[in-house]
Amino acid sequence: MSTRKLRKRRVDRGIHVRTRGLYALSSYREMAYLLAPRLFLLVGLLGLPPALDLYGQRVLCAAAVFAMPALAFDFLAEYVGLVCLGGALFIGFGGYAAGFLNARLGLSPVLTIPLGTLAGACLSTLVILPCLRLRGVYFAMVTFMIPLFARHVIVALGLLGSTEGITGLDTLPDPLIEIYVILAAVLASLFALRRLVNEDLGLILRGIKENDQAVAASGISILRYRVLAVFIASCIGCFAGAYLAHLYGWLGLSLFAMDFSILPIAAAVMGGTGTLAGPVVGAFLLTSLSEALRGFGQLRVVLYCLVLLAFILYKPEGLLKVLERKYQQFERREEV
Amino acid sequence: MAAGVLLEARGVTKFFGGVRAVRDLDFSLGQGEVLGVIGPNGAGKTTLVNILTGFVRPDRGRVVFRGKDITGLPPHKIANRGLARTFQGMRPYPGLPTYKNLVVPLNSPRVRKTAAGRFGDLDSVALDLLEEVGFERDSSVPYKTADSLPLGYQKRLELARCIALRPEVILCDEVFSGLSMAEISSMLPLLEKLLSRGIALILVEHRLRELFRITRRVLVMRFGEKIAEGPPREVLGRPEVTAAFIGRGSPP
Repeated sequence: MSTRKLRKRRVDRGIHVRTRGLYALSSYREMAYLLAPRLFLLVGLLGLPPALDLYGQRVLCAAAVFAMPALAFDFLAEYVGLVCLGGALFIGFGGYAAGFLNARLGLSPVLTIPLGTLAGACLSTLVILPCLRLRGVYFAMVTFMIPLFARHVIVALGLLGSTEGITGLDTLPDPLIEIYVILAAVLASLFALRRLVNEDLGLILRGIKENDQAVAASGISILRYRVLAVFIASCIGCFAGAYLAHLYGWLGLSLFAMDFSILPIAAAVMGGTGTLAGPVVGAFLLTSLSEALRGFGQLRVVLYCLVLLAFILYKPEGLLKVLERKYQQFERREEV
Repeated sequence: MAAGVLLEARGVTKFFGGVRAVRDLDFSLGQGEVLGVIGPNGAGKTTLVNILTGFVRPDRGRVVFRGKDITGLPPHKIANRGLARTFQGMRPYPGLPTYKNLVVPLNSPRVRKTAAGRFGDLDSVALDLLEEVGFERDSSVPYKTADSLPLGYQKRLELARCIALRPEVILCDEVFSGLSMAEISSMLPLLEKLLSRGIALILVEHRLRELFRITRRVLVMRFGEKIAEGPPREVLGRPEVTAAFIGRGSPP
């Protein structure tokens, strides 16, 4: 038996090909194949909160908050070609905009969250606008620095509570409402983005990523479309910020914390970049992992990093791409 | 401006550092005309195309299109005025089906202004365009990913991308290079078809024999300067042109 050599062979189930376009409607089996992963995510996320205790719900909230900038990062990096490390920028601007509207103008969270999202997104887009001339790693570095810069501006000018922040913002009335607001936002952003990247707008953005000169030669203003993409991503990120300010009833400099820039990227890498669903799954896994390791005290960060490292070493393509492949292909061993 | 002149360059000059890419170049192109641009490697042909289409800003000189100065306009604005170009190195958008590659030009303001661009079904418009440049409509070719196409089809796709804009001029940067004789002989009728529709062409080429089958006027460049202009046979007879191609002579 030892002389037999086995080789792993992958056989495509053909789901992907057959379910593209209208063919999916041809059989219930195929529709089930298509729907199963989506339903799993939808039912899983929406059904989970009532089953959890308050602590679990809070963890889920935090995870969902991280999922938003992770989505924004994945969209910009993989579909527009802008590696934007400014997750903290979105969270900070969104949070401060919503907090300002609530604390200073006395608007209720029903208004401040959407308005704060829009205001924060406009502000973020304006700040990122001059950086759009930069390319690749330089754009990434500058967007990473902007949140740090914003912190210093807030302290130096004594804006909005300066180093203290503002406490006593209105919170949402009920923990379940709190959690469903952010979960609905995550799911809506995810499905909207997945739709968007296959629409004309998304195709143009992908074109800009692949070959910006050909896009310009086709009569399309690259800058305009890049700004639009940044605005869309900012809206997603800023919503999380505006929500976070109302979740804690507090805004402060830690909304610009680097965690919000780095963790979403870790989540995107772990979940699989370019899949959009991957970063969301990654954010939920990473946050749960971080909480599960709380018992280890000081060792927590070490273990957390080891898990991340293991992912990068053994599944560098990301969890969702692996799962997708397993879902679409049989694997069997056969003799050479 | 003479009547019927579509595109004109006046004293166009571009330096890259100390290297003179294009110097004091004048030429004009009439409506529906075809002009060949030839010259040895490094003569500044591609830089000229880049200047005309706004990808490179000239240090001196003007580019006039339909009587309006377009010098220094960004590339997308120039494309929207009806000046399309192909690229020497084609990079279609990988992973996208071939016909989806045309979504980009079909969403440009120039096309959106027209009724067909605004209300038409872009996918079928794209398939029509591909059929025009020689893709078999009922085959699977237009649905394959663009980066998997053979070079000849990629060049055609590049032309389709230009035609999608309904341009008045197409600047083709080495549209024959890398093609087999069979592919070239099917490309020539396509170019003639464009000409018959009133689209003017500027063909930047190395393949002289094929170029001379379609053009009646060529412009010869060397070291960024125009050294000759006129009908192909006459121009090639000139000693300075022969010298430029065979390699005698140094930069003045």
